[in-house]
Amino acid sequence: MVSRKPFYILIALLLLAGLALMLYRHFSFDVPWTPGQKRPIWSIEAKVEFKAHGDPVMASLAIPSTQPGFTLLQQTTASPGYGLTFVEKDGSGRAEWSARTATGRQELYYKVDMLADPNAKPTWLATPPSIDKQVEKEPFITAAEQLMTQAHQRSSDSYTLTRELLKELNDPESQNALLLQQGKSKADLIVELLNNADIPARVVKALNLEDGRRRQELVNYIQVFEGDKYQLFNPTNGQQGQPKNLMLWEQSTGSLLDLVGGTASQVTFSMIRQNIPINRALEAKFKDTELMNFSIHTLPIEEQSLFKGILLIPIGVLVVVFLRVIIGLRTSGTFMPVLIALAFIQTSLLTGLLGFLLIVGVGLIIRSYLSKLNLLLVARISAVIIMVILIIALFSVLAYKIGLTEGMKITFFPMIILSWTIERMSILWEEDGPREVVVQGGGSLLVAVFAYLAMNNELIRHLTFNFIGLQLVIMALVLLLGNYTGYRLLELKRFKPMVEER
Amino acid sequence: MWFAKPEKLHAKGIMGMNHRNISYIGRYNPRTLFPLVDDKLKTKQLALNAKVTTPELIGVISHQYEVKGVVDIVKDSPGFCIKPAKGSGGKGILVILRHQDGFYYKPNGQGETPEDLERHVSNILAGLFSLGGKPDVAVIEALINFDDVFEGYSYEGVPDTRVIVFKGFPVMAMMRLSTAASDGKANLHQGAVGVGIDIATGHALRAVQYDTPLTTHPDTNKPLDSLKIPHWETLLHLSASCYEMSGLGYLGTDMVLDQKKGPMLLELNARPGLAIQIANGRGLLPRLRQIEGLRGHEQMGIEERILYVKKHFRS
Repeated sequence: MVSRKPFYILIALLLLAGLALMLYRHFSFDVPWTPGQKRPIWSIEAKVEFKAHGDPVMASLAIPSTQPGFTLLQQTTASPGYGLTFVEKDGSGRAEWSARTATGRQELYYKVDMLADPNAKPTWLATPPSIDKQVEKEPFITAAEQLMTQAHQRSSDSYTLTRELLKELNDPESQNALLLQQGKSKADLIVELLNNADIPARVVKALNLEDGRRRQELVNYIQVFEGDKYQLFNPTNGQQGQPKNLMLWEQSTGSLLDLVGGTASQVTFSMIRQNIPINRALEAKFKDTELMNFSIHTLPIEEQSLFKGILLIPIGVLVVVFLRVIIGLRTSGTFMPVLIALAFIQTSLLTGLLGFLLIVGVGLIIRSYLSKLNLLLVARISAVIIMVILIIALFSVLAYKIGLTEGMKITFFPMIILSWTIERMSILWEEDGPREVVVQGGGSLLVAVFAYLAMNNELIRHLTFNFIGLQLVIMALVLLLGNYTGYRLLELKRFKPMVEER
Repeated sequence: MWFAKPEKLHAKGIMGMNHRNISYIGRYNPRTLFPLVDDKLKTKQLALNAKVTTPELIGVISHQYEVKGVVDIVKDSPGFCIKPAKGSGGKGILVILRHQDGFYYKPNGQGETPEDLERHVSNILAGLFSLGGKPDVAVIEALINFDDVFEGYSYEGVPDTRVIVFKGFPVMAMMRLSTAASDGKANLHQGAVGVGIDIATGHALRAVQYDTPLTTHPDTNKPLDSLKIPHWETLLHLSASCYEMSGLGYLGTDMVLDQKKGPMLLELNARPGLAIQIANGRGLLPRLRQIEGLRGHEQMGIEERILYVKKHFRS
């Protein structure tokens, strides 16, 4: 006997490759395991207002980019009469509007769609800013030194130091804190203190995302670096880390808006939140990347929906193999149940079952007449096919006339398959009697219903369509089943009398 | 409990369908030899060359234009049967006991018209009964004058003996008796009675119908334990020689007893069913394994092999 080792290695390889492909899809492309998941998309609009005085105008607005927690999907602007470019400066992006001349109140709009995305890959790596030491006068130096010494003792690294400093500054009893905060914002002060202690830090502008908010302003956050990594601190309450709905609007030290040729400028933000199905979100996220091109999702929609059906067939096949090899059900025609199940998917189960029984029943009656005519087999089957088509047409029209539009779906049945079924059933009836017709026909329908239930399952549809790797797993399972030498379930019943006697 | 425990079946050595397909048919029956047994004409030719008796061949119809001639072919034979050369599981076999005044009578007394015969033949030619629907030929054989010793054991049909031959060793046997329920056919799933036969003596062991045990024939009420197959020795020889003849390692041979000619080979089966285990009340596996473990069996002749099974597989 040939060694089974290579066979099991093949199965293991198929399983591994399939699972690896699925895991890759899940973790790299963020495709979820379950269907119906939604992701929030934030549409944020920045409105720049200023007064122009008839001179050339140049407005440069810091704009956000993909960052931890958020992936930029698309950005648009509305600013009639202005030229626009997106430029990159110091590791972050800016939108620059320009016009030769403008007068009066100006409104420029910038809109960005951000996908809330735990797997977002930042466009730019955060780079620590250069340290900018300030030389202060007394009594500030002493106050700062005292504050620093206290905080330093209670801390172990830059992050804990920042935390302790914030704690000190937020202490209303502390004289030093009050003194230091004169004429300086808390955020600027912390950054200065940290810089003086040779710790890279800067103030960044962030936006609190809240659905339906208008006229929001940016808030200051402190970004403290340790090596290449950083932590965000809220200067007002000392909280460490990035809150869930906080998005960094600008990621470098530059100003929010640089305006030449205008005065009384103001930038305000409004935002809305939308939940969209994850597939659409992912499509938008990956529409430009080459890697995604390896999947069916890049095909035209029509072919995609075709594949949606085709990729389900292995599931039906697996069900048939299982029910025949493990359970031991008998069917007429090996994969006829899968085709019937595919028709059920189009028609819905109840309509499909009724339609199937109607067509086969009426077909059998007419076929019993044909059998008396002594025709050649091929001609007879051809006649049955035409007959089946006529029956389907008749039922569709009838169903439509009495207002049952469901009935028209009967046309989805594979007619050649139905004709062969009728022919086989009819022969079976003549040879083995009606009992066998019920057994085999019932078996086929039962298998078809199981295959339908599996193929129509929302989760399975989601998995087969989104994870090509699943096909390899199914292949491995089918091969394993083909190697099963144990008893079938129905054989346990069949052979039962043999172990019971005596 | 609806189901038997798999361990219990296993302990009794009962072979399941999956096990049969993978470990015996797949392993011992080369695919290239299948056509020899799947085509009854080829089997007949094999049997002829090996001097194994088979039922007399009356005629073969292989083309549609010959179909009208079927009446002509059978006119001198009182009883005959028409079967597809590539049929399986007893499908498409039409048995006619006698004909009179243009009517052909089936074992159940139903009369068939010549048109019915012609339709049956053209169905066979079109491949309705053959595996995969391939075009086929119709084989017309003389009916067996079955031995009177079986009077009352079989209802409206010829009883036949199925012997499983593994690597040339007849390992298990059963007799199949037709009943009213089986419409004169000897197929167990259609309701025929299966009688387990002691491979050493040819005596009945026990009987089942629809997989459940019974003691008397359901139609004639004849007690089945009195059944003994005559010419058992010859029958065993014939079966065993089918191994050399066909080259198939795991084989079902179907034999019938003719009144004058004795045991005859009806057909060979490369995928014999598992009901023989139920009829015998024992599993096939212990015997198959014993032969698989037997050293030097390739050198054993038919005589030696029969002696071996008589010694070891006596019930």
